Amino acid sequence: MNTIKLTIDNKSVEAAQGTTILDAAASVGINIPTLCHMKLHDMSIENRPGGCRVCVVEVDGRRNLAPACVTEVTEGMNIKTHSIRVINARRTVTELILSDHPFDCLVCAKSGNCELQALAQKLGIREIHYKGEQSHYREDTSPAIIREMDKCILCRRCEMMCNEVQTVGVLSAINRGFITVVSPAFEMNLDHSVCTYCGQCVAVCPTGALTEVDHTGAVIRALSDPNKTVIVQTAPAVRAALGEEFGLEPGSLVTGKMAAALRQLGFDYVFDTDFAADLTIMEEGTELLSRLNKHLQGDKSVKLPILTSCCPAWVKFFEHQFPDLIDIPSTARSPQQMFGAIAKNYFANNIQVDRENLVVVSIMPCLAKKYECARDEFAEKGNPDVDFAITTRELAQLIKLANIDFNALPEEEFDNPLGESTGAGVIFGTTGGVIEAAVRTAYELHTGKPLPKIDFEELRGMEGIRHATIDFNGLDLNIGIAHGLGNARKLLEDIRNGKSDFHAIEIMSCPGGCIGGGGQPYHHGDAEILKKRQEALYREDKSKPIRKSHENPYIKKIYEEFLGHPLSEISHHLLHTEYFDRSKK
Amino acid sequence: MPKIKIAENTVQLIREICTKYGNEEGELINVLHNVQDKLGYLPAEVQEVIARELNIPVARIYGVVTFYSFFSMLPKGEHPISVCMGTACYVRGSEQVLEEFKRQLKIDVGQTTPDGKFSLGSLRCVGACGLAPVVMVGEKVYGRVSPQQVRKILSDYIIGCPHSES
Amino acid sequence: MTEFKTHIMVCGGTGCRASQSEKIRQNLNTAIQEYGLEDDVQVVMTGCFGFCEKGPVVKIIPDNTFYVQVKPEDADLIIQEHIIKGRKVSHLLYEDPKTKEMVSDSKHMDFYKKQIRIALRNCGFINPENIDEYIARDGYAALGKVLTEMTPEQVIAEMKQSGLRGRGGGGFPTGLKWEITRKSQNDQKYVVCNADEGDPGAFMDRSILEGDPNSVIEAMAICGYCIGANQGLVYIRAEYPLAIDRLRTALKQAREYGLLGKDILGTGFNFDIELRYGAGAFVCGEETALIHSMEGLRGEPTFKPPFPAVSGYKGKPTNVNNVETFANVPVIINKGANWFNKIGSEKSKGTKVFALAGKINNVGLIEVPMGTTLREVIYEIGGGIKDGKKFKAVQTGGPSGGCLTEKHLDTPIDFDNLIAAGSMMGSGGMIVMDEDSCMVSIAKFYLEFTLDESCGKCAPCRIGNKRLHEILNKITQGNGTKTDLDRLRLLGNVIKDCSLCGLGQTSPNPVLSTLTNFYNEYIDHVENHKCSAGQCKALLKYVIDPEICTGCTLCFRNCPVGAISGEKKSPHSIDQSLCIKCGACYEKCKFNAIRIA
Repeated sequence: MNTIKLTIDNKSVEAAQGTTILDAAASVGINIPTLCHMKLHDMSIENRPGGCRVCVVEVDGRRNLAPACVTEVTEGMNIKTHSIRVINARRTVTELILSDHPFDCLVCAKSGNCELQALAQKLGIREIHYKGEQSHYREDTSPAIIREMDKCILCRRCEMMCNEVQTVGVLSAINRGFITVVSPAFEMNLDHSVCTYCGQCVAVCPTGALTEVDHTGAVIRALSDPNKTVIVQTAPAVRAALGEEFGLEPGSLVTGKMAAALRQLGFDYVFDTDFAADLTIMEEGTELLSRLNKHLQGDKSVKLPILTSCCPAWVKFFEHQFPDLIDIPSTARSPQQMFGAIAKNYFANNIQVDRENLVVVSIMPCLAKKYECARDEFAEKGNPDVDFAITTRELAQLIKLANIDFNALPEEEFDNPLGESTGAGVIFGTTGGVIEAAVRTAYELHTGKPLPKIDFEELRGMEGIRHATIDFNGLDLNIGIAHGLGNARKLLEDIRNGKSDFHAIEIMSCPGGCIGGGGQPYHHGDAEILKKRQEALYREDKSKPIRKSHENPYIKKIYEEFLGHPLSEISHHLLHTEYFDRSKK
Repeated sequence: MPKIKIAENTVQLIREICTKYGNEEGELINVLHNVQDKLGYLPAEVQEVIARELNIPVARIYGVVTFYSFFSMLPKGEHPISVCMGTACYVRGSEQVLEEFKRQLKIDVGQTTPDGKFSLGSLRCVGACGLAPVVMVGEKVYGRVSPQQVRKILSDYIIGCPHSES
Repeated sequence: MTEFKTHIMVCGGTGCRASQSEKIRQNLNTAIQEYGLEDDVQVVMTGCFGFCEKGPVVKIIPDNTFYVQVKPEDADLIIQEHIIKGRKVSHLLYEDPKTKEMVSDSKHMDFYKKQIRIALRNCGFINPENIDEYIARDGYAALGKVLTEMTPEQVIAEMKQSGLRGRGGGGFPTGLKWEITRKSQNDQKYVVCNADEGDPGAFMDRSILEGDPNSVIEAMAICGYCIGANQGLVYIRAEYPLAIDRLRTALKQAREYGLLGKDILGTGFNFDIELRYGAGAFVCGEETALIHSMEGLRGEPTFKPPFPAVSGYKGKPTNVNNVETFANVPVIINKGANWFNKIGSEKSKGTKVFALAGKINNVGLIEVPMGTTLREVIYEIGGGIKDGKKFKAVQTGGPSGGCLTEKHLDTPIDFDNLIAAGSMMGSGGMIVMDEDSCMVSIAKFYLEFTLDESCGKCAPCRIGNKRLHEILNKITQGNGTKTDLDRLRLLGNVIKDCSLCGLGQTSPNPVLSTLTNFYNEYIDHVENHKCSAGQCKALLKYVIDPEICTGCTLCFRNCPVGAISGEKKSPHSIDQSLCIKCGACYEKCKFNAIRIA
């Protein structure tokens, strides 16, 4: 690769050929403001339409200003990133964007987290000189995502995520000129579309145009109702990210503080979704072995590979896009829903509370979980197994609302029985984690021997599609892993075309898995944050005394007391589900 | 948007057009041209059929249909009227001609009269600048049109139609 | 074309067809049959003659008699008098407006005298639906020469030597473009002809395709040979049905003659052309947007580099030239680069086709050497301003160009001079305006076009032009201030400086150039609330002169809002607070008693 020499703001810079002005400037500590641009380095996800024109810079010999995010450096370039001409242009362009943006900042869900707000602040904009017509669109509310397109600045990140990364294809730019906006087809509501609610559009939206449906109010109402027993479960990925909302370094584990905060908020029992993750492994792992054995014995009615089914966005994705394959995924419910079913059918009895008076709240890194808990099949007589799913961000909001000094909280434990978990349950929060947890248990159940080593490094990482072969005592088990629905699509198309030789595949919708979920603290394009969250989960796994799901004493107990054995009839009723062909309307 | 049900033979027609272009996504614009040619417009249901045939998201098709002014999701009138708003016509007074059509037909640009007889549109340039201002009704070109002539032009198409308004 | 003694050429361009030239052809044929002249006289439907103002045009060959404003009922007379009796039909001849003499040969008309027709060489001379006629005028000789006698490098060198620059607006050297595409290594490359002519008021590309489609096909094949492409695509406006038809016919005939397809002229060179249709998006004239459109996507431009020459259609190296550029190519090969580069100005070689329109006597399509002055074009070729009014401005370069004034009239027209004057060549639209044109309204009109056609991708163009338009609107409504004029200039310059593609980068030109050249008119609007051209309705005031008013009540009866009052047979008056300035009273008054103040 050739090295190119250039000058930026009178500093000599060397950069590899193909480097953008933006990156070359950053390499010498010159920060050029951007708005539409977003780059998640390790996942080769990049949005650079060159549309907002905020990053324009002056290049000697060029007639007009150059957008730094898309202009590649050339030999001898002389660049000024903050000349008067540039500052004037940048401020004017920002004023223009603001002139077509509602001034709702005081009550906007994104206030304080808004990239447009931050930009206006940085450029010291105190007045909008260009006033005129503003765009108005109908607000669209779905079970998980709210679209307020008046606030859209057409960065097109959501469109890129929805189409290129997730290949869901719900969002597209429509119309042209001033009335251009990003929308589902025919401006229909999201809940009429094939949207999976993966929430990656929300995760990357720089403004308040795309936000989650806020359930904090409903949770507060439940907590304040003396007739309700309110219990909470927390998904594994939450503990690795929640601290960011309180100024802690990305990757800080706050499991104990989180439990303490939830208790202070007034939850009657603070449980852990990790417990349900262990339960999922029991069911899903057993299902895998059963299907594997039947298949190996030549039963052609049993199909392989088995696909994980923990991720509700992924479930909705294949229901819409691969209805011909709906008999392949595991029938196991997700940990959130297993927890809900156990809570309302087992725990409620234990503490002698009516189902109706037990409120189950889940803290999730995810927006699709809001949709999942509202699915009809996860309710009994209209009473859902999980009443409210709130995101990591919403929990942070509640903690701040209650004036809890989060960082000063003591480390507390989860309650029992639904709070005990293993290291296997913890790693459910990252790509590769579910299948690693499953392998740990399936290996021992299949071979009857203890694992020679617990850490399966070959299943870890951030590559979009990974595969590994695990020696199951002479049987080579081919494992596939995909995160991001676009990667999942590739594996599914191979299966559809009979080109797949995997026995089991783990799929998570969000890049990085749940640690990169649509409900997590905003990463603002910094992929390093996701890596640190991932490392945190593996750290917590390592620190756990028990690291295999089937060794969880409370799991053993619940089978003894209540469920019988994996895939038992009661398991089928409470812990498994069915899928629907959603391709036809 | 009102839902319409499209007939099975229309679906068949759309399929044939898609097949003609090898069901290739890159041929989307050719497919849309062809289908609009046959059906007169591109309602949502038609776009959904095309999406299935070309195996692309319907949002993308809608994005394309709403980008190009040639494509329409509403049926045109029996006699589509287009007033040229190219520069040559503009400086010779086409704006007033357009206003007069709006006034006479009581519709705005992009609309169709309630009886479905006329729809009104403006276009960029038909390249008959020597005849400016130019109006097209269907395929017929009227040159050097003045606002006073608008009523006369319309009457060419109204005569013999008992249900029409003057 | 030698079997017949006489050929009657009837203009089949869109303009003349709209004036019933097809009917003229039919009537001519009927008369020919009636008089039994089928073996002697042939009627040919040609492409555009260019003199659209005087259409429909009929030309008799070999004596070159040029009949103008012919009506279908004149057909019989032309056959009886001209063909049978050998007498010219005098009332159909062109009358020179200066000398009032009848001119029968087009060569002697001011409209044609200063023209040199290279790109339009065959328009009006041949039947575009017959490839033999093209071949008879050296058609496909250049392709033959290139394939059998020249290497691609030699052709590119010749193109570079000729100095031909892109006629679509950018003015990029054509030979250089070909060379870059040739040097891009790839197994598949494409030649694209941009026929998405979108400048309102410019129709040269359509005329070439309608009048001489083979010249473009031949040039594309030559380009394919040079850059190493075997596939060509013409991206053509769907609004040009006649051009599409003629192009399809020409492609079919070229294939039949082995001039397209496999092993062309036995040289082993393969090349074929497909058509792609535009769908009404001006921005698709921009080459990256055009390519996205051909790929079935929204026609949104993307940042260059990469240039299409490196990564274009389907990610392959693609050479995009417009119709007029291609039409020059075969002539350059046939007559040589050194013949071509002697025509034109220092840095702009050859000729340029302009679509002359607006308030000018001779509306039409003209082709003049680069370096011809605006004065020559407007006053000599164009015959001056219509109705003896005063010249005010000429707008060149379409919606992205600027308005030039009296002081620019002696500027030689070429790429660089027009840019220096604050306008541009564009694709060659040239709209003349007289004293009745309000320059603020003109700027607003162009901006409306840009607003309509902006793709919406980048913020300065999407929002900035909207705001520019709102400010202009405010001014034409009489609510503008001097600060608004400063805002217009500041914002316009930022839009130019920051927009993503050529559309946005040039969209403020009409505003900025009128601000510079007609600043007083803007001041008049904002300070004196006056529109001297009388175009800004909100600034008008209709008053009835009591001295002249007879009290006939005609104005009273025609006022749609009841703003006029007065007793019968005594002077009426207008209530300014009610008046909506529709002008109905002004038009109805038989005594010129109503004045615009």
